[in-house]
Amino acid sequence: MSETRKSVAIVIAGSGGTGAITAGSALIAAAARDGHYGLMTKLSGAQVRGGEAAALLEIGVDPLEAQPDRFDCLIALDWQDVHRFAPEIPLDGDSLIVCDPKNGAVPEAIARSGARVVELPLAQIAASVEGGRLNMVGFGIAAELVGLAPEAVDSAIRAMIGGKGERAVTASLAASDAGRAAFAVTGLHMEIEPGEKRERWMCSGNEAVGLGALRGGITFVAAYPITPATEITEWLAVQMQEHGGRVVLAEDEIAAINMCCGSSFGGAPTMTITSGPGLALKVETIGLAIAAEIPMVIVDVMRVGPSTGIPTKSDQGDLDIALHGTPGDAPRVVLAPISIADCPATTERAVHIAEALQTPVMLLSDQSIGQTQAIIDIPTERPVPLKRLTTPFATGAGFRRYQLTDDGVSPMPAPGVPDCQWVADGLSHAESGHPSNSAANHVAQLEKRLRKLDRFDFGDTWGEVYGPADASLALLAFGSSVGPCKVAAARLTAAGTPTKVVALRLLAPVQRAKLAAALAGVKRTIVVEQNHSAQLWRHLRGEKALPHGCESFARSGPAPFRAAEIVAHILREVAA
Amino acid sequence: MTIHEQPHACPQQLTLKDFKSSVEPIWCSGCGDFGVLQALQRALAELGRPPHEVVVVSGIGCSSRLPAYTTAYGFHGVHGRALPVATGLKLARPDLEVITVGGDGDGYSIGGNHFLHAARRNVDLTYIVMDNRVYGMTKGQPSPTTEADWDSDAAPGGTGVKPFSPLAIALAAGANFVARGFALDVKPLAAMIVEAVRHPGFSFLEILSPCITFRPEEMEWKKSVERGAIQPTSDRAQATATVLSDTEMATGIFFKGDRGSYRPAPTGHGDPEKIAAQFRIGGTAHMPAEEGGCCGD
Repeated sequence: MSETRKSVAIVIAGSGGTGAITAGSALIAAAARDGHYGLMTKLSGAQVRGGEAAALLEIGVDPLEAQPDRFDCLIALDWQDVHRFAPEIPLDGDSLIVCDPKNGAVPEAIARSGARVVELPLAQIAASVEGGRLNMVGFGIAAELVGLAPEAVDSAIRAMIGGKGERAVTASLAASDAGRAAFAVTGLHMEIEPGEKRERWMCSGNEAVGLGALRGGITFVAAYPITPATEITEWLAVQMQEHGGRVVLAEDEIAAINMCCGSSFGGAPTMTITSGPGLALKVETIGLAIAAEIPMVIVDVMRVGPSTGIPTKSDQGDLDIALHGTPGDAPRVVLAPISIADCPATTERAVHIAEALQTPVMLLSDQSIGQTQAIIDIPTERPVPLKRLTTPFATGAGFRRYQLTDDGVSPMPAPGVPDCQWVADGLSHAESGHPSNSAANHVAQLEKRLRKLDRFDFGDTWGEVYGPADASLALLAFGSSVGPCKVAAARLTAAGTPTKVVALRLLAPVQRAKLAAALAGVKRTIVVEQNHSAQLWRHLRGEKALPHGCESFARSGPAPFRAAEIVAHILREVAA
Repeated sequence: MTIHEQPHACPQQLTLKDFKSSVEPIWCSGCGDFGVLQALQRALAELGRPPHEVVVVSGIGCSSRLPAYTTAYGFHGVHGRALPVATGLKLARPDLEVITVGGDGDGYSIGGNHFLHAARRNVDLTYIVMDNRVYGMTKGQPSPTTEADWDSDAAPGGTGVKPFSPLAIALAAGANFVARGFALDVKPLAAMIVEAVRHPGFSFLEILSPCITFRPEEMEWKKSVERGAIQPTSDRAQATATVLSDTEMATGIFFKGDRGSYRPAPTGHGDPEKIAAQFRIGGTAHMPAEEGGCCGD
């Protein structure tokens, strides 16, 4: 086992309170300081506090955007209910399980993987250090396994625990060293190639969406707590304390989006943040915001549905409601970040589009993007800012809020501007904004709102293409399905089937020409998505945006897509 | 400079006409809401803020059509959600005068939760409810303030459900100003609206506004309203006792409190790039001492 690896996937697990997640956080922070990329997913049981917890990490020399197919090592701080995670932490005969024999036998669900069991007296090692904690022993074992530099470990521990005082730091470092020493004796190293030491970012998708909101100029946020989206609200609440702006915790989801209507009507770039069940409550007001042309960004961090579903797990089943949820005909803009690194720019772009087109923009993130912590290259691309048209063409009797224009956009002065008073209304209205039952006015305004979207130049926002230009196979995906598709495509390409990934960022309005250009020359296209009913595939088929015979590979969460599963699906379909 | 930063215009001489729009109300003749509209227009004239600095926000229902009938800015949203719209607007634009209007179904039934929380939050808003104790726009169904035995197609023989007291609820939830007016007493009502608007925090005005189409018996309110029987107090418990023991026909200001309003927004003008720097890690650059939010358990 002396040769170095490109990446190593590790799980640190234990019952609640043992600090498995903290150990994982320390590990990813240390890996970042040692020049590596990383990805960390947290698992926890259904209990609010306590229960089992696990940090799932992959550390490597190349950027990481997907859950690994298998894990190289499971470090079990104890076994209490860790077996419940067995389906989510695939192990095999090449994997290691590091555990304390005092905690009993390896649970059957985990042992049957055939992984090699390495027994170490974890509790005894922790007890040998004054103030030593079990999770720091586990952290040390992981650091030793992959060969992290002691300086990186030291720096990470200091950054994380420094606030608790020097004694805590010393104890953590000593426990980590003891873990390292104990594991070193086994000789079972899985050393990672040296990483390039340069500055990167470490953040979650939820935090990155928050940053994009601030960069876009959001000054008002109203939201109701909901998993897995709340962290965006909390992150913004803290940042806005210092940097200006307001976060209001609304009494319910409906209040939140209506507060956004009010603040945006007042001129403030505005955002609300939710997940599926909350989006369901907001749909009536989404229709209002579309009809009355009130800009706002609506973030939906998707989780498994319908109804309460599985709140802590990822799924992409809210596409239908994001595209169509509201009575009547209400065309809208739906954007989806294609990775954690893409979150800041796509969110910033969402704010600009909402302001420029005076319409709600849906931002479809998902739990996997939102709650995964990643080490990424610092994103450099920023969208060109766009502003709301506020200057009236005429004042007094000549001012018409919903004036019919070529590009569908009409001036939206905020209250305070003299001689432009208008009433925002969900009733069908005339150009003046006055309620009107006239068919001509109704149709003219429907067309105006559709024209805004049709005439707008979305530029490169539509999506990204990865992989060889001469690919014969294309995987078409959005959100967190893009990462595993990229890994799968690289493998297929290496195995002789040149494969590209077409990652859609703008889900509506569909940019047919750009999609067609991306798929030109491709013989086989498969839409890969994490929902049960192939919502993206149906949507694109309905828009006549897919080539004839385009296939669908759709399956719901909660299990994350892994590259091996996608490759296997493709090979199976070819064989069939 | 954005319009948010523009100083208020000095109060100027305005009249009711300055707040009267050209849009014809859809209301039935004899509707109490005409009186409320007129009282509001008078009050706004007296308050002296020009129409473009005033926003009238509403939900859905007969009375919620009111914003289009003034010359102020307006927001006619979805059913029951006027208060959240007004809250978001006032918090984003504290410089504006924000008046929220609506009916009993809109405010007490579908929007009941927002009524509680607007009172609790105590944002500097005025909320005028035109209570006719019936759903008028949908042609005569019982609302949360309709008498239990009022007969209708939707509830033959009555709902059998006791109506609630909006004033008691407003007091319990923390409203800072609580009053009851009568739609047809236009002058005193205008004075009451002026006082409500001037009072800081969440001011709640329950206005008895007869619907003579679906509740013709409410024409009798002209006689049964008890005028001038109420003295304002700053004692919430005393006001609540008065409200709970009255006939629900007494007009006047029941309560004027001094609760602190919702705290103002942080006013920093931060650079998002400083925030982005929190994400930086590794390399040879200075290591941040803390990684905000990145490493918690």
